[in-house]
Order: sequence, then structure tokens, then C-alpha cells
Amino acid sequence: MANDIAKGAIEPGCAKIDPILVADNVTRTFGGNKAVDVAHLEIPRGKITALIGPNGAGKTTLFNLLTGFDKPNTGSWSFAGKDLAGVAPNKVARLGMVRTFQLTKALSLLTVIDNMRLGAQNNPGESFLKSLFKPLWVKQEQEITERADVLLKRFKLDAKREDYAAALSGGQRKLLEMARALMSEPKLVMLDEPMAGVNPALTQSLLEHIKGLKANGTTVLFVEHDMHMVRHISDWVVVMAEGKIVAEGEPDVVMKNPAVIDAYLGAHANTDLGTVSIETVKDGE
Amino acid sequence: MDLTQILLLPLSQFFAATTAAYVLCALGIALHFGYTGLLNFGQAAFAAVGGYAFAIADKYLGFGLFGSLLFAIACAVVYAFILGIPTLRLRADYLAIVTIAAAETFRFVMISGQLGSWSGGSEGIDAWGKDFYDLNPIPSAVYNVFGIPLTERQLWADIVGWAVVVVCAVLMVVLTRSPWGRALKGIREDEDAVRSLGKNVFGYKMQSLILGGVFGALGGVVFSLNSQTVQPTVFGTNFTFMSWTLLLLGGAATVLGPIVGGVVFFVIFLFLQNLLMGLQGAGVLPFITSDQAAQIPFVLMGITLMLLVIFRPQGFFGNKKESQING
Repeated sequence: MANDIAKGAIEPGCAKIDPILVADNVTRTFGGNKAVDVAHLEIPRGKITALIGPNGAGKTTLFNLLTGFDKPNTGSWSFAGKDLAGVAPNKVARLGMVRTFQLTKALSLLTVIDNMRLGAQNNPGESFLKSLFKPLWVKQEQEITERADVLLKRFKLDAKREDYAAALSGGQRKLLEMARALMSEPKLVMLDEPMAGVNPALTQSLLEHIKGLKANGTTVLFVEHDMHMVRHISDWVVVMAEGKIVAEGEPDVVMKNPAVIDAYLGAHANTDLGTVSIETVKDGE
Repeated sequence: MDLTQILLLPLSQFFAATTAAYVLCALGIALHFGYTGLLNFGQAAFAAVGGYAFAIADKYLGFGLFGSLLFAIACAVVYAFILGIPTLRLRADYLAIVTIAAAETFRFVMISGQLGSWSGGSEGIDAWGKDFYDLNPIPSAVYNVFGIPLTERQLWADIVGWAVVVVCAVLMVVLTRSPWGRALKGIREDEDAVRSLGKNVFGYKMQSLILGGVFGALGGVVFSLNSQTVQPTVFGTNFTFMSWTLLLLGGAATVLGPIVGGVVFFVIFLFLQNLLMGLQGAGVLPFITSDQAAQIPFVLMGITLMLLVIFRPQGFFGNKKESQING
């Protein structure tokens, strides 16, 4: 496969032909520990990018920084040409960059369908004054509900429509959170361990959903420990270790990179990558 | 022991303006706590702000009835901003501490006398609200309402008080069933999740604090108009906790809950107080004094509050799943 992502040589922090997210010199220190120290990173538009790395590599912290949930010590980054440094998380989401959380944040005591409806943007009924006059928002609300029902069906949550999210299993909550994030029709969706806790029977369909997102023109960036998933669906892999980007490239190439094997797999370097990943996930839980 | 006194007086609480005032405060807390997850332990301050602002505007500034009402609402909004801007970014427990401290601060400032006749010190402000009673269309007489004698004046205060409750309750039903209310409930469940969906969480919390605070201020206005005085001692912490008790009795995440909870609470509370004092007066309870008899219902109120939170957090009307105090 010819490389249609990177511009020039493939190396950590390399330039992309069409980047949607560009980060420069982003650092975050906790105490004396530099959790994130990213010199340069570009995420290609319309592709599926995996962010991998051992536990504590700073992947989730980087997610938090890029989406405004945490403030970096230094750095600047832009999304679709807009400078995002210091922008509040809700505004980041409104710009079309929506994330999910590693520890699922389903809104437990709202029904599944209400969770979904809340994911939609620009609902006039969500403004205080307009909410008082139902005719001003009832049409929009119907459209949102229809869209939510389609997504629920696709994620096999339609049977749970009227249940409280608290009644869902861990894997179903993960699905709900992802479906809810999609309600806003984001340009870039950032998934933090979308597969963790999801029933293997659902894994395949979830992978298809993510591929489907790409087909619709959505850019996907995800953190994952499951190497099967990384290999199967990602177009590009970025590897972090100790806060830094240590490698990037196409999945098959990156998996063979000695720096990656060293950083990520350590002692298991000689074992088959696929089986190791499963053990690693188990150790991590 | 006067049986009619013991039985009838508590029943008058069904439609008393004071009950309406507490119900308004509890409706405000329902919006804050039940729907948005904001722990406001200083609702008495909103009521005090409403009562004082109305009294000052009516007596000293000559704003008239509606002008004074608008002034009271405006003051509650300002107070909500002062309270909310520094604290709404903090976790819920910090808001609880700040609201209770701010409420006591406000009360002590009013007592201190530094504001001279504007606050009236510990005496408060009295002899105002003439415009309100001048509007009373009910002919002067003593009316018998379910066996309870009421003057036209009292009747007018009761009717207006409950009318305000109805207006606020309808407003709240409309709001909480709208997408706006859904966003509030989302914030109650997990702020960060709602933030990640592009909602301005701080803005929603502020709107909730303001609206619930205005309900509290209206409660303060109704309460004070009823007696035509506003006094700092009334708006102590027990005012807040009474509001909380009747809210939790009825159900925190409901609109009907605070209303029914309020009525039931005051009927039972006054019945117990009268019964105990009656029994004590008749020499049936020789081991307590009459002062103690009057205080025992407060002790029972505390115990009820604890039992409610442990065994029936959803109150009369709440959905048990939706009202767990601890997520």
C-alpha cells in the first residue's frame, strides 16, 4: 500500500498531507513527572488513527489536554485550522471534536434515549427562554429523536431505549457513550479505549461502526490496547511512551518497529503480538 | 387541653401563606438539588434577600407593589451571581459550605445594625406592604374556611401565596420536561460528560441557581408580606433545613413533592407541637417543661430527615432510582 498519509519521511512527529489536528510542544507535568511531552503531532483528516502505548504513557492525559479538560504547562494546538489552546471543553466539542472517556460517563439516571438526545448540538429547547415554548423546539426534538433511534438500532441498544443508563452493562455503556458522541455529528471523534469491557460478540460490529464513520468522512482518533483492533481498522498508528511520541506509521510497519516493541511490549518482544496484547489487557484491568 | 385548638390549628396550615412560602423555597431547592445536583444549604438567604429587598423597596424607596416585587427578584438574581460566579466551578460540597456561610453572613449583616434603619438591626423592618393589602378585593369580614376562622386579610395573603406557588410549579414542570431540564439532569449525573457534549455547564448551573433562588426570594416575599414584617431571626439555618425536610419528604426530583411534602410537614409539625404542649399543660407529661414540648417536634424533624434520606430517598413521589442521594 502506498503511503497517502505522511508528507515526506515517516518518523515520530512527521508532517501529514492533510492534517486535521496539529499539536506543537504540548507538555503537562504532574509534580516532577512529565506526563506528556509531545514536540509535534499531526492527525490525518478522514483517517482512523490509533494512539497506543504502555499504561502511563500519557495517552489519556494527551486526550484531556487536546479537548480542554486539562490545561497544559506549555503548547499550542489547532483543530481544522482553529487555535484550540485554552478553549473550554464545551467549545471544543461544539467545533466538532468530540471525545469519550476511558471510565465511561453514561448519565446513569437519564434514560438511554435522553442520553442520546443530550448528545445533539444546537437544540433550541436547550436554551432557557426557548425551552418555555414547546413549538419553538418540538420539531427539532423529533428530528433528534429519529436520529437517536437510528443510532441506537445500529448499536443494538434500541431494546434498552426507555431504561435508565444505570441499568446497562459496562460494555453497553461504552456503546451508549460512543453513540451519544456521534449524535453531534463530529468532524473528529476521539475514543478512549472504546473496546474495553465490550462483549466480544459486539466487537466486530463496533469495528464496522468505526469504519463506517470513516466512510462518512469522520476522522477517528482512538486509544486502544487491543492490538487486533489496532491492526484491523487503523490507517495510522502513533506510539507514545513516557509522554513522548516514540514512533508512528502504518500499523504493520509500526508493530515491527524495535522502538515500539521495546517500549510497549518489553519482555514479550519475541512472542506473537496478537496473543500478547490480550494478556496485556488482562494485566491492565 | 383544648382539642379544637390541637386539631384545627394544624389543619389551617393546609392553606396558610407561610406554608406556601416554605413550599416556594423547597421548589427552589428541588431545582438546585433534585434536578441540577447543586447542594444549596443557604436557601434562607435567598428568602431573606427577597423579603428585605421587598420591604426596603416598599417602605423606603416607594417602588410600589410591583416595583418592589421586581426589585426583590432582581436582588435575588444579583445574590445568585455573587454566590455562583466563584463557587459553581467547584465541586458540589464546596458550594454547600459557601451557601450556608453566605446565608449566615447575610443574616448577621442585617442584624448588625450597621445598615441603620435600612435593615432595622435585630428588630427588622415592619409596617410595610400596605399596597398589597389595599389591593385585597375580599370584603372585610371573618370567613369560616373548613371550620377555621380567617380574616379577609389572612385569606388574601393565603390566596396570593398559593397562586405564586401554582405559577412557579407550572413554570418548573414546563422547564424540567424540556431539553433544558434534560441538560440540568445530565449535569446532576456527570458534569464532564455534559461538557464533552458541547454544553455550557457553568451557564446551566448559573441559570438553575438563579431560578431556584428567585423561587426562594418569592417565598421570602410571601412569608414577609403575610406578617408585614421582615426579621433576621426568621431566616436562620432552621429555615433552610425545614425547606429541605419538606423537599425530601415529598421527593427531591419532583415538582409535586415539595408542595405535598410542605403541606403534610406543617400539618404534622404543628399538630405534634400543639399536642405535646397540650399534654404537657394538662400534666400528662410531667417530665418535660412547656419549652421542651415546643422543641421536641424539631428533634423529631431531624430524626425524620435522617430516616428519609436512609430509607426513602425518593420521598412520596420520587422515582427511587432517580433520587438516590449517593448516585
